[in-house]
Amino acid sequence: MVLDDPKARVEGPGAPQGRDDAPWQHDKKKDELEHVGKPIRKVDARSKVAGLTQFADDMTLPRMLHMKLLRSTKAHAEIVKIDTAAAEALPGVKGVLTGKDMPTPFGILPVSQDEHALCPDRVRFVGDPVVAVAATEEEIAWDACRLVDVEYRELRTIGGVHEAADHDEPRLHDYGVRGNIHRLENLEFGDLKDGFERADHVREDTVWFEGNTHLPMEQHATLAHFDKDGKLTIWSSTQTPHYLHRALARVLAPLPAHRIRVIACPNGGGFGGKSDPFNHEICAAKMSMLTGRPVKIALTREEVFWCHRGRHPVLMRSKIGVTKTGRITALDFHSFLDGGAYGSYGTASTFYTGALQTVTYPVENYHFRGARFFTNKAPCGPKRGHGTVQPRFALEVQLDKVACDLGLDPAQMRLDNLAERDSLTANFLRIGSMGLGPCIEKVVEGSGWKERRGKREVLANGRVRGLGIACSSYLSGAGLPIYWNGMPHSGVQLQLDRSGLCTVFCGSTDIGQGSDSVLGWIVGEVLGIDPLDIKVVTSDTDLTPVDLGSYSSRVTVMTGNAAMQAAERARDILAKGVGEKLEVPASRLVFHGGRVFDAQDPEVGMTFKEAIGFTEAAVGTIGTVGSYTPPKSPARFRGGGVGPSPSYSYSACVVEVEVDPETGVYSVPHVWMAHDIGRALNAAVAMGQIEGSIYMGLGEAMMEEMAYRDRSHKGKRVFVHKIPSMLEYKSPSAFEMPECTTYVIEDPDKNGPFGAKEVGQGPLLPIMPAVANAVFDAVGVRVDENPISFEKVFAAMHAEDKRYGPAADDSGVPTVDFGESLKVKTPWQGGDGKASNDPHRTKKAAK
Amino acid sequence: MLRLPTFTYHTPKSATEAVAIAKQHGKAAMYVAGGTDLYPNMKRRHQTPEQVISLRDVPELHSLEVLEDGRLQIGAMVTLTALEHYPHLKAHYPALAHAVREISTPLLRNMGTIGGNLMLDTRCTYYDQTHEWRESIDFCMKSKEDAICWVAPGSPRCWAVQSSDTVPVVCALEAEVELADEHGTRMIKADELYQDDGIEYLTKKPEELLTKITLPAPGRWRASYTKLRRRDTYDFPVLGVGAAIWFGDDGKVEKANIRLGGAGSYAIPATKSEDMLVGNELTDELIAEAGNAAMKPARTMDNTDLDVYWRRKVAPIYVARAIRACLP
Repeated sequence: MVLDDPKARVEGPGAPQGRDDAPWQHDKKKDELEHVGKPIRKVDARSKVAGLTQFADDMTLPRMLHMKLLRSTKAHAEIVKIDTAAAEALPGVKGVLTGKDMPTPFGILPVSQDEHALCPDRVRFVGDPVVAVAATEEEIAWDACRLVDVEYRELRTIGGVHEAADHDEPRLHDYGVRGNIHRLENLEFGDLKDGFERADHVREDTVWFEGNTHLPMEQHATLAHFDKDGKLTIWSSTQTPHYLHRALARVLAPLPAHRIRVIACPNGGGFGGKSDPFNHEICAAKMSMLTGRPVKIALTREEVFWCHRGRHPVLMRSKIGVTKTGRITALDFHSFLDGGAYGSYGTASTFYTGALQTVTYPVENYHFRGARFFTNKAPCGPKRGHGTVQPRFALEVQLDKVACDLGLDPAQMRLDNLAERDSLTANFLRIGSMGLGPCIEKVVEGSGWKERRGKREVLANGRVRGLGIACSSYLSGAGLPIYWNGMPHSGVQLQLDRSGLCTVFCGSTDIGQGSDSVLGWIVGEVLGIDPLDIKVVTSDTDLTPVDLGSYSSRVTVMTGNAAMQAAERARDILAKGVGEKLEVPASRLVFHGGRVFDAQDPEVGMTFKEAIGFTEAAVGTIGTVGSYTPPKSPARFRGGGVGPSPSYSYSACVVEVEVDPETGVYSVPHVWMAHDIGRALNAAVAMGQIEGSIYMGLGEAMMEEMAYRDRSHKGKRVFVHKIPSMLEYKSPSAFEMPECTTYVIEDPDKNGPFGAKEVGQGPLLPIMPAVANAVFDAVGVRVDENPISFEKVFAAMHAEDKRYGPAADDSGVPTVDFGESLKVKTPWQGGDGKASNDPHRTKKAAK
Repeated sequence: MLRLPTFTYHTPKSATEAVAIAKQHGKAAMYVAGGTDLYPNMKRRHQTPEQVISLRDVPELHSLEVLEDGRLQIGAMVTLTALEHYPHLKAHYPALAHAVREISTPLLRNMGTIGGNLMLDTRCTYYDQTHEWRESIDFCMKSKEDAICWVAPGSPRCWAVQSSDTVPVVCALEAEVELADEHGTRMIKADELYQDDGIEYLTKKPEELLTKITLPAPGRWRASYTKLRRRDTYDFPVLGVGAAIWFGDDGKVEKANIRLGGAGSYAIPATKSEDMLVGNELTDELIAEAGNAAMKPARTMDNTDLDVYWRRKVAPIYVARAIRACLP
């Protein structure tokens, strides 16, 4: 039985908003905390380093079949005919599926249910799956795929944003705005005209950010087992078991969701690349239902590139107006996203390219226009920093140029124009704690910024040194769930066993970031027990309450708050039982060091195990629940659902480069990164996230790109990923990893457990612009394109305008009619968060 | 994961036995040394030999000795790691030791051999892809007889790139290699082992076995290797300059060999640059001029990593650096 504490009963839809009901945690001084803030090891660390963790591909079941997918060899084509007879006849082949076996479309967002487990009639990129084959051996399944005959009728390929804007036909999908435009957003906050008029300086820049992918070490794998009792279990490398659960139930209907069990295995890296429900997962489930045997699929590295969902290529045009001191009076920002073949998270991605420009420095008036296009590439989606990375690059490079134009120190200019804590932005995002100032001060001091910047120091090997700065901010969890509902975003159950064991059940998924450990640390802190003694059971839809998944840096704040609530409730129950036994008022009891004792006389007390025993005898089996729903956002305009978050993290970064002026080849010897995490639940693990972000960010800055081969020969066009392998998709090795100086800044936020904010994604964002700005500091050229590869630095050095990038005027971007903007008054104009001219809302109201 | 095709694995105990097996199976057989090139290629179905002849158990291929006349003789199966740490090589052939260290990663050098590296298949971004990827471009001529070369669609030949780090150095040093077949052995200049074709990049018969490499005795020459690539860890060269320069008593250049790896289907001699150096002292101006002249015979194409135009533009700088590194 689960005890229901009437004091903490959930009112209305969802759990308490924020954690205003638990102010004690923020008041606790750091040295009063027993586990939080200590560098204790992760609950799963030893298994991981010993190689004993069971990933999805490590699993086998008796009579298991191996599945392979035959994928499209055409970038864009109609499927005329599929003949699987020869494959089915191959000895060892036990099952073959095609699109007609799973006709229901699916997709991560309710507004873009545009994918199929297997393409029924159309393929949209090289790698789109067409046929699934299961056999007794993986080799047989591969051979059988080669025996399938697929006849295609090729369609014109749409290869990028310009081509998509210029060609409405053929349409990739029969939904969206028009032609191959998937989404168009047009949001205007305040009075742009006035903002630009009041500006002392105005400049326009056009910037291109090429796509890149997550490159997790673990290739996606799935094992599905439809048992004889009619129940389906699926083990998969997924970051979002709950959303996979929903997609499976949708496609496999009439099999109901409660007969499907999704277990997310430990992920060998996710970074957003395992956040969508995938075709191979659904195929494995269906294949197991077809054959009555367990079915496994382990993707090749190339197939991981086809799954993609990585960084959108985005072309951006930004017009900025500033005062003499660098205060932004107006920002007019356009983004053009190359979405690839499917919707994925693209609607959210589009909004994110416009959402967070306002949370680092105040933007007095802001106009954002975003367009997402369908193209014949592997679908883009959320990668670490989801949609905010590209505009952050554009903005931070532009601000560096602004500082240069105005003759200001780029670091000081940022410091002089910080967003305010506890404020609303132009687009109605609520900022809570705000530690960007100390972050900038730390990296400026640590890097010797003031003495070393602008010196163009020439080293013994002829290379020239430069320093660049950039800042950023990121959300600690999306304010809204993927699908509309009023239920909590995260749920936790606690079970206290008379053995002394405390078990935490939560639907969250550890993708290496340490979310399982976060549950242990928080529950351990509240109950005063060793986190390593706590059993953490996560990401199993049969056993654990729903958590929406490991995305949008939401887990520490959301599961943390839910775990804290469950633990507080357990503590209250135990305090009652122990208090009665010891004849001490419950309010005087302390939970610490594995004991429960009287604060006034610590000798009067008992062990945690005894506390459970006495309480269980008094009230029965002990279990509690906790849940969390983010606070309601003041943004009430259409599109205002993307950007709000319980809190925002802040990062500042200085990058040092050494550029070979003869060739453009450069290295990054040192990075200083300061991150405002609110409060570090474990600074050692937080620093791991920061340094991991530096590594990933440098990969994006220096070399990573989802480049495509676009070649034609005798009227035949081939359009395929240029380098889908670990060797040729260039990503940094340990050798390129620089010296990192990491500063963990703590500015506690009231919405976070113990004040914690996110750290998993934010520190990635400033790296790319800081590298671009450092290259400028070293050799005086602007690379307005990411990656900032050697060739581009060289080209910029030999260009007349000392710049490399897309055409700087309007010709650099596609012509798109964005229609009328949605007009929202800013808070300082007296706005109420609603748009003044929303035709949709007006229509609704009229009804 | 990518799986190997099925094959029969042979473990001959002598070179004679190995050659006999190869001769017996003809085109269906391939030798394997370290397997770091062949096995990944087999997984991608570049080569699908039904008979794989391992050279691991052939004792004479593992020898490593300094001959009486001072030359160094290296068995084809000596691993790159063993060679890298061989004191005699480090002391007297630092350019080759450097080139060996530049090959891939320590793990792969533990398995990879000098013989295997000299035989390394030519590479191309249209070719070094999985079977499925190559299906999507309807293959290229290195994969399929009637297909085009995607790098140069009008071209009758394949432009896959010589990508071994040791070949430019070994050729510049005028090393010799020993080949064995059923009739016995023959010695040829390393240069003569290669030809300008991305598919038939070796001149030897398929069953001929590379057994030994012989380096010239230390003397009045100095050599260097300069490599251009994106990451200074495990990337293949997109330019690998091997240079060997013989100096006279007067300090002037008597002979110069410059080989450009990663710039065509074989290690291309930069003959014009070589000619410019001979009879002269190596001044900064001359080195720069020789660098600028080097790329005339190169065939740099858009089929490796990094932008092709940039590679052409920075190549002279790397050639000049290679020449400069030979200064006594």
